[in-house]
Amino acid sequence: MAEQKTVHLEYFAAFREMAGKGSETVRSQASTATELYEEVAALHGFAFDRSTLRVALNNVIEPWSSPIRDGDLVTFLAPFAGG
Amino acid sequence: MAAYEPFELSSEPLDVGELAASMANSGAGALVTFEGRVRNTNDNRSVVALEYEAHPALCRSEGAAVVRESLDGVIAARCVHRVGRLRVGEVAVWVGVTAAHRDEAFRACRAVIDGVKRRVPIWKKEHYADGSTEWLRGCEPEGHAHHESR
Repeated sequence: MAEQKTVHLEYFAAFREMAGKGSETVRSQASTATELYEEVAALHGFAFDRSTLRVALNNVIEPWSSPIRDGDLVTFLAPFAGG
Repeated sequence: MAAYEPFELSSEPLDVGELAASMANSGAGALVTFEGRVRNTNDNRSVVALEYEAHPALCRSEGAAVVRESLDGVIAARCVHRVGRLRVGEVAVWVGVTAAHRDEAFRACRAVIDGVKRRVPIWKKEHYADGSTEWLRGCEPEGHAHHESR
C-alpha cells in the first residue's frame, strides 16, 4: 500500500485558470511527479500533453520521474512563452 | 558588485534609458541592448494587449543562470522582463550587455534573450481585438537537457 502524502500545489497562468485557484493542498499516494500530474490533471481536467510540460519540486525544475515526498511543493509548468 | 540582479521582473514600465545607464563602465567599448516589444498581430490575429505572468522564484534562479552562462568574454549582462498587462508598443523584455568589443556583446545579448525564452518560466496571454484571449504555446522542453547550459 502506497504511502499517503500531503502535497502543496502551486498554479500559474493557464494552469491557474484551469484549476480556478492559485494553489491547493492535496493528499496523494503518487510516488512520482508523473503519477501526481495524472491524478491532478484528472481532477481538474487539465488538457495538456504532459510531454510539453515541465515540473518543479520545491522551486527547482526536476525530471518527471522524480519521487514525490510528503510536504513537497509541486508546480506544473506550461510551455514557457516569455520574451 | 552591480547594483542590480542579473535577471529581474518588473510590474512597472521599463525605462530603457535608465537601464542602459545602469550598465555604464569605463572599460566597455560596446553596449548592446535588445528590446522585445509587444506587436499588434500574431498568427494573423489583431492583438490589443498582452498579459505576462511569471513564476517569481524560478525566474530568479533560471534567469540568473541564463545571464551568468552568457558572461564569457563580457563585462556585464542584465535582463529585465515585464509582468502584468502591456499595450502594443510597450517593452516586454530588455537585455543589456557590455563588453570591451562588439562581437562578444552581440553574442552574449543574443544568448541571453534566447535563453530567457527557452528556460525562464514566464507565460503570455494575448488579448485580441475581438475580445477573446489565449495563453500562447511557447517553448517546450528540449529532451532532458533543457536546463543544461550550452
